[in-house]
Amino acid sequence: MRSTTRLGWPAAHRALALLLLALGMLALLGPVQASAAEDDPYKIAGNVQFEGEAIEGVTITVDGPGGAQVVETGPDGRWNVGVPEAAEYTVTLDVDTLPEGVTLDDPEDDSPETKEVTPNVPFAPKAVNFFIGEGDRESTAFGAQLAQRLVQGVNFGLMLGLAAVGLSLVYGTTGISNFAHGEMVTFGAVMALWIGGTAFIGASLWIALPAAILISGLFGLLMDVVIWRPLRHRSVGVVQLMIVSIGLSLAIRYLFQYFIGGGTEQLPGSSPERIDIVGPIRMTKVDLISMGIAIAVIVAFALWLLYSRLGKATRAISDNPGLAAASGIDVDFVVRVVWVVAAALAGLAGILYAYYRPGIKWDMGTQVLLLMFAAVTLGGLGTAFGALIGALIIGIIVETSSLFIPADLRFASALAILIIILLVRPQGILGRRERIG
Amino acid sequence: MDWSQILNQSASSIISTTTIAYALAAVGLGVHFGQAGLLNMGVAGFMAVGAYGYAISILSFGFPWWLAALTALFASVVFALILGIPTLRLRGDYLAIVTIAAAEVLRLLLLTVAFDDVTGSADGLFGFSGSFQDSNPFPDGEYGFGPWQFNETTLWPVVVGVFLLALSVLLVWALMRSPWGRVLRGIREDEDAVRALGKNVFAYKMQALVLGGVIIAAGGIVYTLGSNASPGVYVTSLTFFVYTIVLLGGAATIFGPVLGSVLFWVLQYFLSNLMPALVDAGVLPFMTANQAGMVRFILVGVGLMLLVVFMPQGIMGNKKEMTFVK
Repeated sequence: MRSTTRLGWPAAHRALALLLLALGMLALLGPVQASAAEDDPYKIAGNVQFEGEAIEGVTITVDGPGGAQVVETGPDGRWNVGVPEAAEYTVTLDVDTLPEGVTLDDPEDDSPETKEVTPNVPFAPKAVNFFIGEGDRESTAFGAQLAQRLVQGVNFGLMLGLAAVGLSLVYGTTGISNFAHGEMVTFGAVMALWIGGTAFIGASLWIALPAAILISGLFGLLMDVVIWRPLRHRSVGVVQLMIVSIGLSLAIRYLFQYFIGGGTEQLPGSSPERIDIVGPIRMTKVDLISMGIAIAVIVAFALWLLYSRLGKATRAISDNPGLAAASGIDVDFVVRVVWVVAAALAGLAGILYAYYRPGIKWDMGTQVLLLMFAAVTLGGLGTAFGALIGALIIGIIVETSSLFIPADLRFASALAILIIILLVRPQGILGRRERIG
Repeated sequence: MDWSQILNQSASSIISTTTIAYALAAVGLGVHFGQAGLLNMGVAGFMAVGAYGYAISILSFGFPWWLAALTALFASVVFALILGIPTLRLRGDYLAIVTIAAAEVLRLLLLTVAFDDVTGSADGLFGFSGSFQDSNPFPDGEYGFGPWQFNETTLWPVVVGVFLLALSVLLVWALMRSPWGRVLRGIREDEDAVRALGKNVFAYKMQALVLGGVIIAAGGIVYTLGSNASPGVYVTSLTFFVYTIVLLGGAATIFGPVLGSVLFWVLQYFLSNLMPALVDAGVLPFMTANQAGMVRFILVGVGLMLLVVFMPQGIMGNKKEMTFVK
């Protein structure tokens, strides 16, 4: 196996002690370690811990306007610096000062030892979280790692599938390659944060998550009423519709950043604690619940699509919209239902993804948009079940590929496979030849 | 609020390497999307090939800057061929998916720590403008007037950029009024009709993809000439911004993309100076300075939606000509 101290290389145990500082900012105003320029109006602070144990003597460098400053974490693991301006600062954690067997690990970040922050509120410390995990990976056998990765991949694939079936249904019924689907994923997570987050409304998760999915569905309805239905009636071409969805994606994405900022927020209830399942496979409780929910919803969705009147009508429109309309199906109504269902599924996927990443970020949906497209294309454009299969394959590829290639290239592996599939079998796994044009 | 400074800043963006680089990218995309009807969603990838091809040629191979620029342009030809061969026979949206995916793969490859020695990973590459500045023919001093002020090091990349832009526009103009250009527009309007006339549609599309790709890569080179190459620039949003520029100016026109780039950046600079100033002046009490900075990006998205629905031909275009590929 490869060296374990290198950053960004695969982690056998993805997770790890997560430092949830954003919610506990007040606690940071405690003892100050070697902070330069006490009277500087803006503060950057953090707390370096591993599995609840504070780590002392870790060197942190903060660089930006006003010059570089170096601090060490105190006995309680905390550090804090004052900076003169509300500008972007680069915070670097010196990995060599971490204790043996501990390293930085953040599967979502390509360079986990550096973070960019912009303090914007005077005197309120801007929290910087480093994701710290076990550095010791040599003890885990390859087979065990593979098994663990496969299960993680199925988990990720199911979540991706929830979002991808919606994307595929929308494509099948309306012909839109919806680039705003990633934002529909983020939307669910952001709504869950606003309703369930302790810094906001703080409702219990039993209320917050269903409410977030409901609001996501309403969001889909709203988009259909305001944008997509009027455009259908103008008979705007599919390429134009695609560009409209790109514009929508940009607008919504930056609206998210407008409201929740550029940082990462956590949903309540995410716990890094792992329990043994079978053999070498260990998962968090949240992972298990997430997989259960995803499977249940996907089965319910499949039954709906196969046996309900509306589901049949949806498939009929995907096959041949003209014929479907001629045989008395209300195409407009069915398409509206498709938008609502797709948005609700995307919202649910967003919540599950927020627990999986972990964290909510303004561009989290955009990060997986191309993976969703890959899943839909792989399965066969416009086929709902193809999208599911495609999503599972993509999920497993993404998770297992980090055993062989650097972890920061795992999304690239899925996209590269998408390109290769298009070379060999452009219609996808379940697609039909005549669709490829 | 300092109006003269805001207007000055906005006006100065009319001639900047950023505006010129985006204008080059837009001219290239105009060939792809406007003339040939190719949905290239990998503009960021082509620009990255230009920028990194240039920077890596200098830093890793020690090429002089002009040879590095030629190497980068050659790399973009290869990139276009790789993208085009599998996809140009398929329906349009396959090209879109493959190009956007390829651009992302490229960005991730530039970002990964595995190739840190060559690409500089997240930090990008810098410190390669020596050879370029050595060839600077301008003596030390201040140049320009009004809002457009340069010194010899900032003027040189602008001059090279304007030269490349003028060359590209001239080339595209000449090609588009040639029989080759007419066939290309024919493919955009009705591919099957052109095929029925015995033309090799695939070859024409491939040539258009290469031509536009080279011009877009030239934009990437101009963007990095006097500064650095950073992977954070070449994200999919960049592609969407260039689409906004092209649609604003007029996708099927020769000069429209240039006009679009100038208008886009003047507006961007205007808003990025105006909004925080408005917040400072207490006109927008519900916004923080950071939020005010976001507004212009939200407006780009809204603007793109409105443009493509209500004015798909752009400012300079003819509504009868700009029909989108079906």
